[in-house]
Amino acid sequence: MNGNGAVVEAVEIFKTFGGLRAVDGVSLRVNRGECFGILGPNGAGKTTTVRMLYGYSPLEGGWLRVFGLDVASRRRSVVNRVGVCQQENNLDPDLTVLENLLVFATYFDISRKQAETRARELLRFMALEHRSDSRVPELSGGMMRRLVLARALINEPDLLILDEPTTGLDPQSRHQVWEKVEELKSRGLTVLLTTHYMEEAARLCDRLVILDQGKILVEGAPAALVREHVGRYVIEVREPDEDLRAYIAGEGFSHEDLGHRLLIYGEEGETNFLKIAEGYRSGGCAMRMAGLEDVFLKLTGRDLRE
Amino acid sequence: MKLLPGGAISYRFRRVWARNFTVYRKTWKISFIPPLLEPLFYLVAFGAGLGSLVGSVGYNGAEVSYVRYIAPALIAVAIMFNAFFENTYASFVRMYYQKTFDAMMATPLSLEDVIAGEIAWGATKSLIASVLMMAVLTPFGLIHYPHGLWIPVLACLGGLAFGSIGMWFTGMMPNIEVFNLPIFLFVTPMFLFSGTFFPLENLPAWAAGVAQLFPLTHLVGPVRALCFGRFSSAVFWDLAYMVLFTAVFFPLAIARMRRRLVR
Repeated sequence: MNGNGAVVEAVEIFKTFGGLRAVDGVSLRVNRGECFGILGPNGAGKTTTVRMLYGYSPLEGGWLRVFGLDVASRRRSVVNRVGVCQQENNLDPDLTVLENLLVFATYFDISRKQAETRARELLRFMALEHRSDSRVPELSGGMMRRLVLARALINEPDLLILDEPTTGLDPQSRHQVWEKVEELKSRGLTVLLTTHYMEEAARLCDRLVILDQGKILVEGAPAALVREHVGRYVIEVREPDEDLRAYIAGEGFSHEDLGHRLLIYGEEGETNFLKIAEGYRSGGCAMRMAGLEDVFLKLTGRDLRE
Repeated sequence: MKLLPGGAISYRFRRVWARNFTVYRKTWKISFIPPLLEPLFYLVAFGAGLGSLVGSVGYNGAEVSYVRYIAPALIAVAIMFNAFFENTYASFVRMYYQKTFDAMMATPLSLEDVIAGEIAWGATKSLIASVLMMAVLTPFGLIHYPHGLWIPVLACLGGLAFGSIGMWFTGMMPNIEVFNLPIFLFVTPMFLFSGTFFPLENLPAWAAGVAQLFPLTHLVGPVRALCFGRFSSAVFWDLAYMVLFTAVFFPLAIARMRRRLVR
């Protein structure tokens, strides 16, 4: 571990695919014990960024250290202390649940005896011990994810990398994964998480960056980002008329005009809401707390990423 | 061992081998059946059926029965098939559908460890097949001992050669259907024209020349020499060719897979 407590230090890391700048000068720092999020739409470069962090994808430019070690030249030493949950469930379908953990442990040179102890412990922690002898294809999506998580912990990592850990899960399974990650966090494990779920990022991350088209747009704590970029409240008006638009422009409110919908951001939600609701709208107008999703959509735009 | 810039094979390749062995042990009873039955089918078909038409074949200046002639070729063909199919279809499934390699490469295993482990496993499949076939052929007196005891060693070398080129194809295949191409254009001609079922001297000169390029030709030669217990200097060149073939395609396979997987 570095003296300054940084687990991951990346400076201006860079990677292209063909002509596309997949990761375009990303700098970030993950401190020991925190949960750091990389939030971004599909194709933003999240997966490529984390793959560079665990040495799967070589850098084309920049400077990258994990645990104070250069990833390119010390990959094995770095990865030995990292647990990775890749986006796809790449569990071994030819093996049972328990064997998946035992075989994976051999890749880290963990002795059979130690692997057995840890595997049993992890299966208990992930509520999978009753399925030890099941084959992977027999598991539900949520169970598979928990097994991937258990597998990532088999080497008792100092850094856990989760690449979209709950994509495709039902709400129950998603909450279960979140609880497990929170528990690991409370034990002091450093976690790096990519996601495009705002709820997930707001709940788990101490700090996060929003990544789009390979570049970091903002960085900060979720609540601070919301306050800074959106404010405390959002007033949503459906089918706004020209009077309202003129009023908003006149008052200089921070807002977004989506045509059929108008979003007004601000600190003094209630007074503004009353003015708008009574002066300009009789209905089709609602006020709510601002959230990370407002920041996300405001910064990354509303176009589909396809 | 440093083979390519940035890549290295470590002792850890054995972990990949062991993973495959763990899976194999679960189904060994089924996996054992083809190498045991296949030579019996061929012996009946060629020995009782075709053999009576063919009579005898000239080998090393002597006339030998057709069954004796093709028995070593059956072993050589099994060595080729086992490694080639393991490192094409089976490796492709692990790489492409099961994403097993992706998971391995997020551990201290390197890409080189993974590919070397896969090819070593392919060679092991060849070794197992050769031993099983010897067990079937020996009671018929078709293998000369103690020379025949060297066949499993040849199986390892042949397995590495055919596994390496199989893996090289695997690195290029856009999808699993395309394997039909190397099988039809490479494996099938080799199977038929490598001195397996008839002597190469029966071919026109140009075809016999082409057959000299086939690695299977240079595996059938030594296996047949061991089965008969008769050697000539040709065996030395056969072995040299197999070693060279492996030395070329093993690094090529790794380079291909690196291009495919490391992005």
